[in-house]
Amino acid sequence: MLIGENILLALSGLLANKMRALLTMLGIIIGIASVIAIMSVGNSISTSVTSSMEDMGVNNITLGVSQKSTEDTVTSDGRVFAGVSRGSEMSDDDYITDEMLDAMQEEFSDSAASILLSESAGSGTAEDGDLTANVTITGVNSDYLEYEELTLLAGRTLTDRDQENAKKVVLVSDRVADNLFGGDYNAAIGSEINIYVSNRYYTYAVVGVYEYDDSGFSTESEEDVTTTVYLPLEAAREQNHSSTGYSQLTIVTATGVDSTALCDELETWFNNNYYRSNDSFEVTASSMESMVSSMTDMLSTVSIAISVIAGISLLVGGIGVMNIMLVSITERTREIGTRKALGATNGSIRLQFIMESIVICLTGGFIGIAMGLLLAAAATNLLGYAASPSVGGIIFSVTFSILIGVFFGYYPANKAAKMNPIEALRYE
Amino acid sequence: MAGRNIIELKGIVKRFYIGQPNELEILHGIDLSVKEGEFVSIVGASGSGKTTLMNIIGVLDRPTEGEYILDGVDVAKAKDKELSGIRNQKIGFVFQTYNLISRTSALRNVELPMMYAGVGKKERQERAKHYLEMVGMQDRMTHKPDELSGGQKQRVSIARAMTNNPSIILADEPTGALDSRTGRKIMDIFHQLNQQEGKTIVLITHSNELAEETQRIITLKDGEIIGERKGSAVC
Repeated sequence: MLIGENILLALSGLLANKMRALLTMLGIIIGIASVIAIMSVGNSISTSVTSSMEDMGVNNITLGVSQKSTEDTVTSDGRVFAGVSRGSEMSDDDYITDEMLDAMQEEFSDSAASILLSESAGSGTAEDGDLTANVTITGVNSDYLEYEELTLLAGRTLTDRDQENAKKVVLVSDRVADNLFGGDYNAAIGSEINIYVSNRYYTYAVVGVYEYDDSGFSTESEEDVTTTVYLPLEAAREQNHSSTGYSQLTIVTATGVDSTALCDELETWFNNNYYRSNDSFEVTASSMESMVSSMTDMLSTVSIAISVIAGISLLVGGIGVMNIMLVSITERTREIGTRKALGATNGSIRLQFIMESIVICLTGGFIGIAMGLLLAAAATNLLGYAASPSVGGIIFSVTFSILIGVFFGYYPANKAAKMNPIEALRYE
Repeated sequence: MAGRNIIELKGIVKRFYIGQPNELEILHGIDLSVKEGEFVSIVGASGSGKTTLMNIIGVLDRPTEGEYILDGVDVAKAKDKELSGIRNQKIGFVFQTYNLISRTSALRNVELPMMYAGVGKKERQERAKHYLEMVGMQDRMTHKPDELSGGQKQRVSIARAMTNNPSIILADEPTGALDSRTGRKIMDIFHQLNQQEGKTIVLITHSNELAEETQRIITLKDGEIIGERKGSAVC
């Protein structure tokens, strides 16, 4: 009951001295606002970065054949040439072969869940008379299709038999079916479509229609959107007349596997077994996890730096509150004397002034939270991320404001509580 | 009247700066008793020790020596927290300078002692209104002290002194800051409280004229009681 009375009393005191209250709270406001802003901005950046990276697969490892860089060379006249990549062309021997992959799958059967193989077969338009649709053709293996988790609207997916026989069959998106077959998915199944790529027409039979996921960015209109046509991997290679190896592939790690460590193991394994004698090429492996963690590290460093500044601001703000409380207590010496004469105990006087200090800090804290959220909304808007207010930051700020109020209010409140009522009553 | 002693002071001595070279004895052994329902005045020139005596009677201060029984309670040995409770429950203060809290309304000021006594909000308001009506301030309950005249402020502070139904009302120069007409009205209220409510009132004043109105006049000089006589008021 006394607490409620004290809060009302403190609020009316604040309203009676608006300018003074605002100036007192300024340090708290700035401190809390910067804490909230940085936490919210950091939160939304890491949320969107993490989610977009998770879409790509944080635990996926990208394996690629890349050129070895040369050692630094020193010419006879002493000039130094930094190591550069040799601009040699890849020959058939340099690609990762199916044999290597089979051996790898055996060696890493516990940690590599599946191997995603794909081969781009160009972008172009699927045509049926006057009707067209923009597409990119991608040859994929069955692991890749499984990993994509497409939703089939009609027909069937690509089977192992399609893969083995390099059949000229494709999965098209519902957008292609809308444009070429007027949205009749069943009519699309079994139909042949001509795809115009690199000045040539290729003819493929449609076996399935999948639902296009348009969650990503797209600058094209609904009708013109470019969607993927999935083709058996071997069929794409035939179209490309390409060799039997891979220059790049993705490995999905089994759950619970440390992908960063696996990267190193894979590199070592490939290079020791197959690329030791290769002068110009080697296998490199990288995972998203290492990128995410370096991003998170950078964000937390920035957060810590700003938190330190915010902390100093809060400290200065707290001292300001203490100062104004001491002034207020001196001004109200007679009031304190009167209250004591009327029966206020030392404890209730102390409580009154601590509550007042808490109310100042908490009001400052709430204003700071509001300003911090506005700042964060503006900043995330500018950076193009979704605003994601940090709930933890808000709870932290409210708690911290109360703590500042108690900490910096205690000394003045205690001073008030210990006043001698006779002297306080006589104070002019 | 009942004749029970509500205030009993025996051999009260008050010294300041004890043990220091400037040690000072203000009261040199005061014996004083006030009966329930009595209207007593303590008069004396400034420097006579009447403020120190008032502080001791009002338990704002402890005597250095002596015994003080207030309404059956030995207050000389009470702890700080107990003294707060005694001030709250047994004494109603009326100050020369009113000492109202300027930021809150008259009603809230009157509620204050009940707040410290832990009285519920509803009862607090009812009782505060009752006492404000008694002193004729029912129309100005929501006004802040700044918006009231001196006489009105003193009425509010009398209402405040009454709310916890104390054993005594201790009035320190209550009309000192008022013109004589307003002062007369305030004195009338004290007489009314004494006669109709049966309140024990201790009036501290330097004015012999006001003291004459009370039942008993105690004269203080240089820290000692030098005289005691009956006033004009009927017992």
